[in-house]
Order: sequence, then C-alpha cells, then structure tokens
Amino acid sequence: MLKKLLALKNDSTQKTLLVAIFLCLVCSIIVSAAAVGLKPIQEKNKTADIKKNILDVAGLLQENTDIDAEFKNIEPRIVDIETGNFSDDVDVQVYNQRKAAKDPVLSQSLTADEDIAKIKRRANYATVYFVKEQEQTRLIILPVHGYGLWSTMYGFIALEPDANTIFSLKFYEHGETPGLGGEIDNPTWRDIWQGKKIFNDTNEFKLEVVRGKTDPSSADLPYQIDGLAGATLTSKGVSNLMQYWLGINGFGPFLNKLQKENS
Amino acid sequence: MAGEAKKVVLDPLFDNNPIALQVLGICSALAVTTKLSTALIMCVALTAVTACSNASISMIRNHVPTNIRIIVQMTIIASLVIVVDQVLKAYAFQTSKELSVFVGLIITNCIVLGRAEAFAMKNPVGPSFLDGIGNGLGYSVILIAVGTIRELFGSGTILGYVIMPLQSNGGWYVPNGMMLLPPSAFFIIGLLIWGLRTWKTAQMEKPEYQIHQVHRTEVM
Repeated sequence: MLKKLLALKNDSTQKTLLVAIFLCLVCSIIVSAAAVGLKPIQEKNKTADIKKNILDVAGLLQENTDIDAEFKNIEPRIVDIETGNFSDDVDVQVYNQRKAAKDPVLSQSLTADEDIAKIKRRANYATVYFVKEQEQTRLIILPVHGYGLWSTMYGFIALEPDANTIFSLKFYEHGETPGLGGEIDNPTWRDIWQGKKIFNDTNEFKLEVVRGKTDPSSADLPYQIDGLAGATLTSKGVSNLMQYWLGINGFGPFLNKLQKENS
Repeated sequence: MAGEAKKVVLDPLFDNNPIALQVLGICSALAVTTKLSTALIMCVALTAVTACSNASISMIRNHVPTNIRIIVQMTIIASLVIVVDQVLKAYAFQTSKELSVFVGLIITNCIVLGRAEAFAMKNPVGPSFLDGIGNGLGYSVILIAVGTIRELFGSGTILGYVIMPLQSNGGWYVPNGMMLLPPSAFFIIGLLIWGLRTWKTAQMEKPEYQIHQVHRTEVM
C-alpha cells in the first residue's frame, strides 16, 4: 500500500494532496506536543518572573533568594481602583490586570483628558501587594504602566506605609532605546526615587521627573527626580504615568484611604 | 567523504558566508546584536532550525511535488521555529523575552529557505544536515562579531561583564549610543564585508558599469 503510494508520480494530484495532508499532520502533532508539553514550565517561568520583579522592587531580591519562600511575606490584594476599597469581586490568585484592561466588561475607556499616561483603557481592579514584617505593613507595591517614547512601560512602585514616600521603582517590561530611555533600569537612577514624596502637605500631587538635573535650592526638591539625559520623552512618559496612576483616576482614592487610616 | 563533510561545514564560514557573500539574513542581524548574549542564543536557534529543516526536507526530497515544494519547505521550517520558540520560553525565559518576535521571524530568514531550496532538495540527509550546521555557523560568526563590537562600544561590557566602566556609573567610558541603535549594525556588517573581500579577493564582484576612457583624437 505505502509502496504503491510512494511510487505515484510526484506531480500527480493524488500525491500532491497526500504529501500535503501527511506533512500537515506530522507538523501539527510536533507543534502541539511542544506547546502542550512545555506549557507548565512556561507558566511557572511567567509567575516566577512577576514574583521576582515584586521582590526586586521591595528590595528583597538577592543573588540566591528563594523566590517562593520570600514571597510568603507578601500579601496580594485586589483593589477597586475607582472607590479605592479592597474588593473580593475577582479572585486574586488568577486575576490578570493586563488581560482585564482589554476586556470591556472589566475595564473602562479613558477620555483624552484623563488619559495622561496614554493607556487608552484602564482595568477596574488592580492587584496591589503588601509587604509584611511581623504582621506590620512595611511596603505597599502598586502596578503602574504608561507610554514612553516607543513602548508601553510596565512597572511596580513601592511606597512606605505612609502612602506618600517612595521606596523604589522598577520597570520590568519596556522597549525604550537601550542606553538612553532604557536607562530607566539603571540602578543609580532608580536610587534617586527613594525617599521622594508624592503629595505635599496640602495633599496636592507634586511628584515630577524634571528635564535635566534638579535644582538643589528648589523648594520642590523632595518631589523632583532628575530626568534622564538624552531621553526627554521617556522621562516625560514616566512623569505622566506617575501622575496618572498616583492621581485621582488611578490609585489616588486608595492612597487617600491609607493615609487617613495612618493619621 | 570526511574531506567533503569538512568542506560543507567550513565553507560557509568565510568562503561562502551567507551574510557576507550572499547578503542573506541581514534583518535579524541588525535586531538582535545589541547584546552578545541575545546574539548567541539567536545563533544557536538559527543553526538548530537550519540543520533540522535541511535534514527533514532532504529526507522527503524525492517525494515532494514540485508545485508545492516551497509550501512544504515553509511548513517544516515554521513548525521547527515554533518548537524552538516554545523551548526558549521554557528554558531561557529572560533571553526569549529580549528576543521577542525575532525568534518567530527565523521563519522569514532567507538563509533557512535558501539552504532548503538550494542544497537540501538535491542532497542526501547527512550532507544536508551538515550544510545547515555550516550555514548556521557562518551566520553565527558574523552575528558574534557584530554583537561583540556593539556591546563593547555601546555598553562597555561583553556578555554583561564590565570591560570599560561607564561614566554614568562612575567610570571613564562615554558609550557610543549609536552602537545601540540598529543602523550601527549596517556599518559594521559593511566594514566586515569590505574586510572579508579584501582578504579573499575572489569574492569581489565585477562592477556592473565601467567608466571607459574616451580617447580623443581630435586636437582641441
């Protein structure tokens, strides 16, 4: 049987169809086997990667940290962005904010005025992380994202329990120019953020990435961060996304509540 | 036979280099060479795909109907690329994130289809496999050279190890930002081709036009 088929003329219609069908079958089996077989490892990589970035922004990541063990001190919670309240409407273990932002049921579109971070749609819920130390909250980690020069930059910002002082900032995904805008990954620049304040005494949003160097004599120095040299638009993008996510349409209501609880 | 095999593998390195002589596969050479580590992973991925696709196409070469042969080749190449992409996502997650779409774009890399059509369709499995390895290595030689130069002068490091400490981190070296942008790879590849053709003069192409000396006989 097989011999007969193989002996067919190569360019006959029968053989053409046979070769095509057989080839597609073999290839699809190989491809699906690889995709299905490797899926568990890939999923593990993805969650480990997010956990690693959260630990990094919390300052808990060392060369040989056991990610899962260290992550036990971090409590994820779902926040309703609009009201700033904790919510149980979605399952914290499976909720994916990036997917939700594309789902019309789970997100809302932003008007041009609101959309300073150029993200077009915002999910209704966000996963925030509380870093605990002996039952006390040591840090609050918020997910942020916004458009830079070429790409949407995704990151985490860690705040002190007063919900006003910045502890650290880390972008885990972006496509900015290496060496220029890509310097948002530079540890020296990230260190500048530590200790900066978001709001002033009258609770006005003041945080800003300035163009060039900050003026040491300025009264606004506690709220200002040096811009990146040669990356004006990326710096502006970071400034904008902070203004959006820490402002009234972002985590503003949530941060307000935390501040009230503290005072 | 051993001599033949050696020739098949080593020829594409300098004498018949897919990038430098045939000028194939330039696009990915621009995109993935900002860092040597990504370039290396890309080289391994491309070499694996070219070798395996050559071997599998050669295996069925006597039964491929001529009018659908390109589709058959592409199907095999595409399947192999997806497998490679999945493996990278599972075992080299960080690098696969940096390579992003460029692993998928191996499908469109002219070297792979070029070797399938030019070599694997006419030769037995063994030599075809070796030809795939050889051409993958030829691609790798150029990518590694370009990657080393771009990473060293663009970020002052090689494979992430600091060779020239950057001024922004308290060192002395002011990096060449141009090296981190795709056009720099064009210049480097151009210079490499120049160097290679000066060394191996047989690779020089005849100019398509020649300015002829006009002999004027009349007296002005």
